Amino acid sequence: MARPMPSTPLLDQLESGPWPSFVTGLKRLAQVKDKPYADMMKDLLGQLELSYETRKGYWKGGVASVFGYGGGVIPRFSEVAEQFPASKEFHTLRVMPPAGMHYSTDLLRQMCDIWEKHGSGLIAFHGQSGDIMFQGTSTSNLQGAFDALNEIGFDLGGAGPAVRTSMACVGSARCEQSCFDEQRAMRGLVNAVLDDMHRPSLPYKFKFKVSGCANDCVNATHRSDFAVIGTWRDDMQVNQAEIKNYLAKNGRKWMIDQVITMCPTNALSLNDDDTLGVDNKSCVRCMHCLNVMTKALKPGKDRGVSVLVGGKRTLKIGDLMGTVVVPFMKLETDEDFDQLIELGQKVIEFFAENALEHERTGEMIERIGLVSFLDGLGLEIDPNMISHPRTNSYVRMDDWDDQVAMWNARKQAPRAAAE
Amino acid sequence: MSELRRPIESGVPDPFPFMHPMLKKNYGAWAWHDRPRVGVLRHVAKSGDAVWTVKAGTQRQMDVFTIRTLCDIADHYADGHVRFTTRSNIEFIVADEAKVTPLVEKLEAEGFPVGGTGNSVSMISHTQGWLHCDIPGTDASGVVKALMDELYHEFKHEEMPNRVKITTSCCQINCGGQGDIAINVQHTKPPRINHDLVANVCERPAVVARCPVAAIRPALVNGKPSLEVDEKKCVCCGACYPPCPPMQINDPEHSKLAIWVGGKHSSTRSKPTFHKLVAAGLPNNAPRWPEVSEVVLKILRAYKADGRPWERVGEWIDRIGWPRFFEVTELPFTKYHVDNYRGARASLNASAQLRF
Repeated sequence: MARPMPSTPLLDQLESGPWPSFVTGLKRLAQVKDKPYADMMKDLLGQLELSYETRKGYWKGGVASVFGYGGGVIPRFSEVAEQFPASKEFHTLRVMPPAGMHYSTDLLRQMCDIWEKHGSGLIAFHGQSGDIMFQGTSTSNLQGAFDALNEIGFDLGGAGPAVRTSMACVGSARCEQSCFDEQRAMRGLVNAVLDDMHRPSLPYKFKFKVSGCANDCVNATHRSDFAVIGTWRDDMQVNQAEIKNYLAKNGRKWMIDQVITMCPTNALSLNDDDTLGVDNKSCVRCMHCLNVMTKALKPGKDRGVSVLVGGKRTLKIGDLMGTVVVPFMKLETDEDFDQLIELGQKVIEFFAENALEHERTGEMIERIGLVSFLDGLGLEIDPNMISHPRTNSYVRMDDWDDQVAMWNARKQAPRAAAE
Repeated sequence: MSELRRPIESGVPDPFPFMHPMLKKNYGAWAWHDRPRVGVLRHVAKSGDAVWTVKAGTQRQMDVFTIRTLCDIADHYADGHVRFTTRSNIEFIVADEAKVTPLVEKLEAEGFPVGGTGNSVSMISHTQGWLHCDIPGTDASGVVKALMDELYHEFKHEEMPNRVKITTSCCQINCGGQGDIAINVQHTKPPRINHDLVANVCERPAVVARCPVAAIRPALVNGKPSLEVDEKKCVCCGACYPPCPPMQINDPEHSKLAIWVGGKHSSTRSKPTFHKLVAAGLPNNAPRWPEVSEVVLKILRAYKADGRPWERVGEWIDRIGWPRFFEVTELPFTKYHVDNYRGARASLNASAQLRF
């Protein structure tokens, strides 16, 4: 017996206006003929309308998973199932997209067909962690949905205290500012720790994110425990002829106001002969001038990545940005990639052993201190890791001389050691 | 019963089989880009190849029919490939400039706004809300739909001083993340506890440990083991609710919305910053949240009028100062804007630098 289409006067108000309406999409699914999910979507609309009326949510968690995995499914059971029985179970499969979120239409159509057969027909591109979210299926259809997606080469992402789905910016695929192969780095980092993704047993969630430059288009600094961000060590590349073109087109005031004086470290100047002067030792690779003059300026040629660790949102001690733990590493050869992947694994191991339950990596570092964290990982301290040295004298420094000797020894070691 | 199928633990898929052939061909070898018009990027490779990217807004939560419509458009106009951005915009990549205008026209005709590039207000990044979350104080897709209707012009035009990234979150965990403007649930009353259920449903020590201000302690209530909240200490953050659903934090009247500004993820010019509270106490007024839109539009109008080129919202405020921000936005400044959480002293003005 088909369920009736619910009356949804509140949701209907979200069908007006020019922006694409998700409500119209939900209704389309609810009204489709001859599809098993239509009833489920009718009751889903009914429950959502109830939420709009009462301003309360009606989903609770529970247990639902696929064979062989402990995570990757967000189980949802309705608290108002008596009223809306067809959507009493409405689980989500979190599925990892191709790195960089590239799709062929053939792939998207296959995904739609699978989700019409095994689920609700509702898909979100993408969740906040970067998952494709196949939203809405019953416990009994879960395994079939996963099997079908898995057979076409797709795997579940993370949920719970586990490694989570990652994101990489479009990077090398379509951006001249890319400083390394973002998609390879992201796949390498995540695919090396799939056991910690699929069988949640870490203290809490752990996220990798990968951005090709300091513009940080995937918000890695704040939104990941382990952020890989592209940078360079040598001088930025300047095409002075193009600088003159920008100047001719936009004028001196534009050049001074929008480029020269916006440099955060005053590393730029406009020379008398209308060339751009760059004090590369003072440049912090922030990307502003490169963003303004994409034809004239490029990252240097000695490119690589920096690694920032510990970004997270409010729970529990307040927001944290990731902070620098590796100022620079090359990322070109297979060995370079292996080294980055190994660092990712070591950070997760250290996190698993040292974090308290429900503590994020950044909170653990806040508790134990950055130096203890670096010691545990065998990373060397560097002035690029701080905004400024300590301002409070309340600290014991018994082995100051030994530490000075260590620094001097490191300084004498050839720079090649880091390359 | 048939044997259960073991998963193929294949991890993150290789993007190359799905990538537009021109992106594949010029991978890692791009030279420069510009924006010929709003919603369109042109990238030129070292090889001389060029691609045009047409960006359009979506509702993120899409039915298969909408997805197939987008696929039809991609097949007809864009060589059968698309990609999505972190803010749920869809991007069509074409290698033939002559296809750009027909593609833009087709997308607009099908109801997908073309824009979101450069100094526009891009799609709001958002969470699940009442549609799917187990702890939401409000909806997500609905708030975003209502607000994007108001910001439609700003999505389709590049008229802001710099790009504007807006986020929403349905609880104080803030899955939506940092934003130039962030719209987040702010609870104003401590949780209401169903003492009959706590012992069976909640792992009590874990719940006690979850509280950021140590306001929860074990207690016997009516002879049953339960938890109690020191309501004088409680900051109403709702952190206890996910591990212990009988500690209901959501309230139709007392769960409000707050607005924060000046969050920034990039290290471009200024270092990344967290967003700061500017308005609170807004009602959770489904289905279109007009009070929220009003404050957001007020802030955007002031930024648009007064921000200098390339200044993000937070950078604009750094220049003009908070007294002027509250003046030009006509938002009230209250004692709740003065931080008293850990590290608060760093947010006070420890100088004789004043603005009048």
